[in-house]
Formats: sequence, C-alpha cells, structure tokens
Amino acid sequence: MRIAVLSGKGGTGKTFVSVNLANVAENATYIDCDVEEPNGRLFLKPTQIKEIPVYTKLPIFDENKCVGCRACVNFCHFNALVYIRNKPKIFPDVCHSCGGCNLVCNANAIQEELRQVGIVETGVYNRTAVGLEDTNRIHVVTGILNIGEASAIPVIKEAMELGCDEPEKSVKKSTIIIDCPPGSSCSAMESISESDYCILVVEPTAFGFHNFKMVYELVSLMNKPCGIVINKSDLPYLPLNQYCEIQNIPILMEIPYKEVYAQLSSKGEVVTQHDTELFHQFVGLLHRIEEVCL
Amino acid sequence: MKRLLVLSGKGGTGKTTTAAALIYFSKASAFADCDVDAPNLHLVSNTRIDENGKVSDFYGSKKSRIDVEKCVNCGLCLQKCRFQAIQKIGAQYYINEYHCEGCGVCEFICPHGAIVMQDDIAGELTLHNNEVVFSTAKLKMGRGNSGKLVTAVKKQLTDACNEFQIENTMEHEMEFAIIDGSPGIGCPVIASINGVDLVLVVAEPSLSGISDMERIIKTADILQTKVVVCVNKYDTSIENTESIEQICREKSIEYVGRIPYDKQASRAINEGKTLAEITCPASDALYEIYKAIHNILK
Repeated sequence: MRIAVLSGKGGTGKTFVSVNLANVAENATYIDCDVEEPNGRLFLKPTQIKEIPVYTKLPIFDENKCVGCRACVNFCHFNALVYIRNKPKIFPDVCHSCGGCNLVCNANAIQEELRQVGIVETGVYNRTAVGLEDTNRIHVVTGILNIGEASAIPVIKEAMELGCDEPEKSVKKSTIIIDCPPGSSCSAMESISESDYCILVVEPTAFGFHNFKMVYELVSLMNKPCGIVINKSDLPYLPLNQYCEIQNIPILMEIPYKEVYAQLSSKGEVVTQHDTELFHQFVGLLHRIEEVCL
Repeated sequence: MKRLLVLSGKGGTGKTTTAAALIYFSKASAFADCDVDAPNLHLVSNTRIDENGKVSDFYGSKKSRIDVEKCVNCGLCLQKCRFQAIQKIGAQYYINEYHCEGCGVCEFICPHGAIVMQDDIAGELTLHNNEVVFSTAKLKMGRGNSGKLVTAVKKQLTDACNEFQIENTMEHEMEFAIIDGSPGIGCPVIASINGVDLVLVVAEPSLSGISDMERIIKTADILQTKVVVCVNKYDTSIENTESIEQICREKSIEYVGRIPYDKQASRAINEGKTLAEITCPASDALYEIYKAIHNILK
C-alpha cells in the first residue's frame, strides 16, 4: 500500500504526518520526495546509509564529425542549444534530456554523457516506539536535489523506484509513505502518480484552505482516493469544513496545536515515540486508510 | 526601483505574512506573487488593489497530439519517448498530457505525420493595475514550466511599472517592489531570484527550518544574490534561533530580526488583514525588520 502525503501550502505538517505514520506502520518505508528540501531524515535518522547518484543525460558534440548543419539547434524545443563559434553549445540547466538532438543529427556527431543532478540516500531506522513490542525497522529513502538544479523530477523518479520496488518484492504487506513536495505542479504530480491513497494535510487558515483546494483538484484529476488531516485544528476555519462536506471528503484526523508537539518536532523527534495518545490516533488513521485500500 | 524577494526554503515559515506586512509598511506600489503553484498574497486584503485584474493565458511547452486517423500503431513514438508520455490503450497510442514535456521527438520520429505539436495553456497571469501594480499567476494543475511562469510574472510587473512610470513618481521616499516567492530551491525559486536586489529569508527555528535555510542560502549564493535572514516564531525554540543567528555570523549574512509566535497572526490572515494593520508584538517586530531592510536597500 502506497500512501502519499501532500498539502499544497508548505509547512502545514506533511513531514510530521509522514514520519509519524511510518512510525506506527508495519514494514514501513518512508520516501522523501520533497527533494528540494528533504527533512524526513532529520526525524527518522537513518543508519547504514548508501548513496546512489542520480544522473540525467546530456549531449556532447564531436567537433570533428559536426558539419555545422544546425539541425540540432533548430530542433531543440527548449532552446537549450545555440550555435556559436562554428559549433553547437549546450546550456545544461535548460536541457530536458529528450535525446532529440541526437536523433536529428545526420553526421552522428552527438553522443550522450551522464550528468549528476542529485542523489538518493537509503538507510534504515531502528525504531523504539511506544506500544510496539518489537524494534521494527523503517526503510528511509531520501531524494536530494543538487543545489542550483532546476528540475526535481529525475530525483523523485529514482527515489520512488528505489523506495517501492525493494519492499514490495520482499514482504507481503508493506506500507510505503510518500512525503511529497508542496505545491500542485509537476513534482507533486510525479510524487503521487504511483500512490494508492492521498492524505491531504490542511491548516485551517485562509491560506491553507486556498492551497488545499488546488491540490484537491490535482488529486481528483488523477482519480486518487483521498482524505484530509487537519493540523493545528484548534481554531476551526468553517469554509474548509463546509467544502469537505459538500465535496464529501472524509476528515480522517484532527491534530490540535500542542506546544509539546512543536517542541519535540523542532528538535527532530518523532512525536508518536513519546506520546501514547498521538500514537494511537495515528494507528487509527492508518487503519482507516487500509480499509479503503485493501 | 529596488526589488526585494521573500523566500524561505521550507514552506509555511511565514513568507506571505511577512511580504504582506512589508508591503503595508513600505507603501510599496509594486508587488508580485511568484509562488505560482500555491499563490496566496492576493488573499491578504489591500484596499489599493482594484478588484478586476487583467487576466491572460500563459502558454508553456507545447504538447503533442496523435491523430488516430493517420496513426498506424507502429509504436515508434513509444520507443523513443523518454518521458513515458505515450500510452497504449488497446491497440491505439495516446499522449499523456501530464507526462508530455513537449520535446517534439515523437513528432519527428513518426513516419506517417500522425503527431502534431499543439500550444498548451499552462497557467493564468493576472495583473491588477490602478493605484498599485500587483502581478500574480496560477499554474495549471500538474504542469511544469513554473520557472517560465515566474519569469512572466516578474516581466509583467516590470512592464506595468515602466508603463506607468511608477519609478519616477516621488510619492514615496523610496520605491521598492516586493516579491513573494515559493518554497523549495528548484526552478520557480531560481527564476524568482534572477535579477532581484535582495533576498529576505524567513527562517523557522526547527531542525527542518535550519536545514532548508542553509540550502536556500547556498542557492542564492550560486546566483550571486545578497541574502538577509530573519527568524519567525523565534520563541518556539530559542536554542534553534540562536543556532540560526550563529550560522548567519559565520557566513557573514546580515540578520535583520526575530518575530515572536503570535496567535493573532492566523486570525488576522483569516480576516484578510496584514499583521501590519493590527497592534501586536509580531507586528512591531516586522516593523523593525522593515526598517532594517529599508536601510540596506536605500
């Protein structure tokens, strides 16, 4: 079962919900797809770390073979190529690695080399949870985009592949938690595309509500079953509740603001390892989702 | 005109709340929301914005389309597409518009001319323009091109300002444009940093907040743009606030102030007000930050 956690607005508590849900699940894998700012590993502190580099392809030009026809420059839909000083030049940041230039070159002057754009870090976290007798392990997979890189997509794809394939092959019942990037653009879409269920974490404010409607639209577009978790639920924002009622969106859980949660989280602690009440609430959340998915 | 960009790396640290307050204090006549996949600045009321903005379509990358009449189902496009954008349903091939990046490889490779590239509306730009210029946009669901749209938002702002020669009016002691950015460090953020005079990073005193702040500072550094830092909700962790202040000293980054956690903040936002309009400790702190930034930019 793959559960994606997303929010639209940043800072509503995606990572909080993701790491705590992973903490109460059996055979859990946590995948951090917020590769621009990955934070889950600050909570689920992994050991036995392996780093897998992520590459994209970049064309290189053989000056001896290039006949200067400019077919590649004219073809490139992203304007990643220019022809200067009698040779094609590439702007790596703009290249989408589509391979088009290579296809159109009649002189066979283009080859592709690999360019590293980030890494995926894998590791295991030995949890010591309240209420759990065993010391179960959580697989922690973190996509990390290189600073200065524009496109997160290749790193997200690699993280999803590494995070999903292994556990689903080796154990019967695995729970994969996907911590998504904020927003509703291509990187959020990529992160939820392989999920079975989406949890939308919402903050009951005008900002939170506005951005929630945007991701709800995205999730509906992709026909994913979903429900919401209201974080910092003390001050209700009525338009949100009315909207959920009209759209028939289940409110799965409400988490009130508690200073102790904020304190623990700011230090990188997983709250469900310290607070039995919250632990049981998260177990309940997981069960509700399992009922829908299984 | 000086341009100030408000960023944070981590989401939800208070970018928009800060930007809205700075707009109010500075009486800025030009501002923009570059958080194109979750815009919010328009929700904070500013009576000086006219209701009806001018809306225009934003065209992103083209998308391909298969003409099923001409298609012979040879599958060459599926082989060559690197974005898994070609799907086979039954015997027929279709384009998945969300995966298609518009590279044109399928159009080129198709031996029967069955694939054409078509314009695609990837979002919507809005320009409010009467007493003040406010440029904003909204990206369509699941679209890429957010960097291009950010560039379009900023261009719209600059063009409108030039047109009305806001830069030349002596109405205010100093003109500056305030731009609200998006979380993260990827394409929309890089596009928003380009060409601004100063980046204000709103940091949050948590381990996540610190990690994200360091990544956004490095990003701005690569783009050779000056950064100043403030901490929001500093009293939620004095210890982490002090770590942030320490990091700023080590990196010789100017630290412009700390804002206390204020329960009134959400209430003000839900009523569509900026923190600058109400009297509270957070509002006072923001005013001090405004003065510090004003001194740096003048």
